[in-house]
Amino acid sequence: MTKIKERIIKGIFTILAFASLIFLVGIIIVLFREALPIFKKIKVFEFIFGKFWYPTYDPAEFGILPLILASIWVSTGAMLICVPLGVGSALYLNELASPGQKAILKPLVEILASIPSIVYGFFGMAILAPFLQNLFHLSIGLCAFTAGLTLGIMATPVVCSIAEDALSYVPRSFREASFAVGANRWQTLIKVVIPAAGSGISTAIILGMSRAIGETMTVLMVAGGAAVIPKSFFDPVRPMTAAIAAEMGEAPMGSDHYHALFAIALILFLVTFIFNVIAEVVSRKYRIKLGLSG
Amino acid sequence: MKSLTKILVMALVIAAGLGFPCFAEKIVVEGSTTVLPIAQKTAEVFMQKDSSADISVRGGGSGVGIASLLDGTCDIADSSRPIKDTELDKAVTNGKDIKAHVIAMDGIAVIVNPANKVGALTKKQVRDIYTGKISNWSQVGGDDRKIVVISRDTSSGTFEAFGELALDKQKVRPDALMQASNQAIASTVARTPDAIGYVGLGFLSSSVKALELDGVVPSKETVLNNKYSIGRPLFMYTNGKPKGLAKDFIDFIKSPEGQTLVDEEGFVSLH
Repeated sequence: MTKIKERIIKGIFTILAFASLIFLVGIIIVLFREALPIFKKIKVFEFIFGKFWYPTYDPAEFGILPLILASIWVSTGAMLICVPLGVGSALYLNELASPGQKAILKPLVEILASIPSIVYGFFGMAILAPFLQNLFHLSIGLCAFTAGLTLGIMATPVVCSIAEDALSYVPRSFREASFAVGANRWQTLIKVVIPAAGSGISTAIILGMSRAIGETMTVLMVAGGAAVIPKSFFDPVRPMTAAIAAEMGEAPMGSDHYHALFAIALILFLVTFIFNVIAEVVSRKYRIKLGLSG
Repeated sequence: MKSLTKILVMALVIAAGLGFPCFAEKIVVEGSTTVLPIAQKTAEVFMQKDSSADISVRGGGSGVGIASLLDGTCDIADSSRPIKDTELDKAVTNGKDIKAHVIAMDGIAVIVNPANKVGALTKKQVRDIYTGKISNWSQVGGDDRKIVVISRDTSSGTFEAFGELALDKQKVRPDALMQASNQAIASTVARTPDAIGYVGLGFLSSSVKALELDGVVPSKETVLNNKYSIGRPLFMYTNGKPKGLAKDFIDFIKSPEGQTLVDEEGFVSLH
């Protein structure tokens, strides 16, 4: 009797485990099926490197280079903010904070991670953008810089949380060994702890990057939405996700515009997919190097 | 068993007496953010008068509304532009028979920040600004500052009407900022000294300045007597002739009482 029960439970969990695989495969199939028709009308090269995005005019132009560059600029800006901030606060939390400080700070960082992106969008649009506009005498505050800053703040808790976990997994014996041979705290941190947690920290950074590049609502509200190749950080831009979100509602199903938006989504998916693969490879490599894998 | 039936019957009677909403009709109205204030206000007043009616109103843009109507996910599509041929083609393939109802008139006002010196432009200047030929306010009599051009995104009926009536279907410059609603344009212009944008008459307020176009102030009068050149009808679309609640609702908007509400919301009434 218990054996049957066990089998049933095992079966249920097997199905649950494979469910995510089914979703993934389903999404990939849909993405490819809906995206590929556009490449019958326009060459992949022209699509990716075309400079003009006029999907609703006749004749339509589907060049997504401005959108790709916008995503890259905004994510780069976000990285410049969230990597030092996230990794730095993780180091502080793990190495320097007293247990009392840690008990307050760590949950606070996690709460920051749970704020919905639209709230960050409002914050960026109503407070940050007008503030930066006055501060730098910009003609408009909705630009790549503001979007990067907002996304950077958003991605910081992700980076901090994962990096802090990674640091805390470094075995105590590593530190003790380092102190035993006469290294001071700084040397131990730089030469032993950070390299040992390197895989986790790299994973944290890459996942933060995925979050920044895939974020939609905030960039839709804050980035300004101009589909033009950005010349400076203070130009309004239109990242790929914002273009999809703003235009999907309008695009008649099955039209070129519709397929083009799916093609953007496909490219976005491939980019984040590559990021995740890199994160996985990096973390494995480190684990093997340190002899931490079982 | 008998007593159970009794209780059930009694419960039903009480529920009916209380106006239990199980017989209430529900319609979904979706589409243009320009028409949204009219739809919301009239739906509110209509539901106050008829408590059994359930009208849910959403924005999204004219294109979104019409797409939903064609997919059957809404009953009335608000639109600030006439339906397109491609959409009509799709309606035919979906077996739908789309009927148009003009519910109000609207003018599209070109707006700038109140701090801007410029108070009037010609239609050609507006076109040149939006297509990229003019990029500095000094070229149209203002200060020597870069013009921040703000436009609606492509799912907007206002975008299409503006493109047709003011820009002769020319492409909007690629570096124009795209905003998702009339309100977003109005508030961005209000915050940005060098900005130019366009909104429906219902969104004019003291925080933005409406420009004279070819010497005509955008107002209800000038739209109605056709002096102001960027005016347009606002539509509600239904699938087939409206029936039941949808018919009552549209009739209400077209009635003198409904049109008074249209007027109060800052649009141009049909009467």
